[in-house]
Amino acid sequence: MFEGMPFLPKPAALHIPDGFLTPEVAALGWLLAIVTVWYALRKTRSQLGERQVPVLGVLAAFIFAAQTINFPVAGGTSGHLLGGALAAVVLGPWAAVLVMTAVVGLQGFLFQDGGLLVMGWNILNMAVLTSLSAWLLYSVSVRLYSTGHRATMVATALASWVSVQVGAAATALELAASGTAALSVTLPAMLAIHAVIGLGEGAITVSAVTLMRGARPDLLVAVKEDTIGGRSASIVAVGMLAALLLAALSLVASPDPDGLERVAEELGFASLATSPAFEFLPDYTVPFIQNGSVSSVVAVASGVLIVFGLLYLLGRRLRRDTR
Amino acid sequence: MHIHLDDQYRHAETIVHALDPRSKVIILVSFIITVSLTPPGAMGGYLLLWLLAGLSAKVASIPITFLLKRSLIALPFVLAALTLPFTMPGDTLAQLGPLRISQAGTIRFVAVLLKSWISVQAAIILVSVTRFPDLLWGLQALRFPSALVAIVSFMYRYLFVLSDEVLRLLRARAARSATVPGQRSGGSLLWRGKVAGRMAGSLMIRSLQRSERIYQAMAARGYRGQVRSLEHRAIGRSELMLLAGLLILFFGYVAVTNGLV
Repeated sequence: MFEGMPFLPKPAALHIPDGFLTPEVAALGWLLAIVTVWYALRKTRSQLGERQVPVLGVLAAFIFAAQTINFPVAGGTSGHLLGGALAAVVLGPWAAVLVMTAVVGLQGFLFQDGGLLVMGWNILNMAVLTSLSAWLLYSVSVRLYSTGHRATMVATALASWVSVQVGAAATALELAASGTAALSVTLPAMLAIHAVIGLGEGAITVSAVTLMRGARPDLLVAVKEDTIGGRSASIVAVGMLAALLLAALSLVASPDPDGLERVAEELGFASLATSPAFEFLPDYTVPFIQNGSVSSVVAVASGVLIVFGLLYLLGRRLRRDTR
Repeated sequence: MHIHLDDQYRHAETIVHALDPRSKVIILVSFIITVSLTPPGAMGGYLLLWLLAGLSAKVASIPITFLLKRSLIALPFVLAALTLPFTMPGDTLAQLGPLRISQAGTIRFVAVLLKSWISVQAAIILVSVTRFPDLLWGLQALRFPSALVAIVSFMYRYLFVLSDEVLRLLRARAARSATVPGQRSGGSLLWRGKVAGRMAGSLMIRSLQRSERIYQAMAARGYRGQVRSLEHRAIGRSELMLLAGLLILFFGYVAVTNGLV
């Protein structure tokens, strides 16, 4: 049996088990996941034709296996790849969504890593949001600035880091919407932990893509040409905005998030969990917005915008360099 | 050396094993929905559901120790719900310095814990009594998108192959990474990440190449984009009765525990 095997997938912080989300929230997750996966199936079918099943199946196995490539960090802990950004950068957004969906599905069904009723959200968090956010950042910046090596790698690093943050933020929002965890504690904690995990993700993804660009540039270029298109980019952007909006709406509709927020603030619990790196948005809330959950959502959204802004400035500089 | 990433299937000749994969999936999903609809305070209800799961494990001759050991997988996530006892408003249960533990929050926390624990055990029972390819067939028969099911079947098939590749990569890295006890070994953290990344990159190239060869082999054997299966199963009458009985039982249980009757 597989007890003691080095390949036993380790439970990661983002695989929500059953019981942590209310049935209503879980149902909404399945609905969104089904629509997205259906669209991804259609898109990749027209892209890959009859290669769809063998190529995506083997690459899903690749992501699963690559997640076991670890590197020692400190104190016996080790970092490893999550894969959403790598899949998106190399394969394009929709193939990445499917590959990651297969990974999440197998982890849930075969290893109980993540629940079944809540699998819709697990698919959205780890497959859809990570792949699409990574690809959005990556493709927009590559198209805006340059396809030179340095610009591409900066875009890849940022895309990996942001994709992990987006998945973590979404997980915290869903838990809060179900009344399972206080947003004021979970969101900063999740984002702080994944800010570090994201650095590892960025390093691994960048060097993986660098190696592939050096060894087999044809594999990357072939995919890049038919996936970077203006229309799908705006579709993805709109879809992600809609998802963020839905998360915000479900928070407003949740049993008593404000109560949770207020008590947490009273206890001074939230201040324990802030991380210095993010002090420009204290507690991930915007001070002048009273409603705690809405304020958090706005804070996350502006965080994303700030990252885009930084990327824009960085990209302009890089473009000047390459000229 | 090979990786035997065996799934958790445990072969035995029992009634639970003999059920149609579709029935098993329906029973599992309706059971987990039932668990999730149990109100936080209904502790007797959780005991009842756990006994039901335990009973089916007993009938399927799954050792209880195996079940309990595997069910710990959901445990790390409990951290996320740990805030509940401290942040929920309600009667005070105890005071821990500046932290107030609320009664409602504690009940909610225990309920989340029990729900995830019981659901995970039910899911473990399903994969213990169903071969994974059978499970995939069942999902497809229940109208899961067939392309997605086919992708997961391929993934399952090549998981072991690619895990062997990873094992070789890891062994090669270990062979080149001598350590002297008491001395710092290896480069900086970034360097280690880069090494892991190059391993992932070369594995991805190999995977893409392999998928191309697999596709060509399939095309040579007449593959035209559809995975066909000759498998046909029928659900017997007594099994349908069992299925209907269980669904009525679950429905009644939800109605009673939620005070709808």
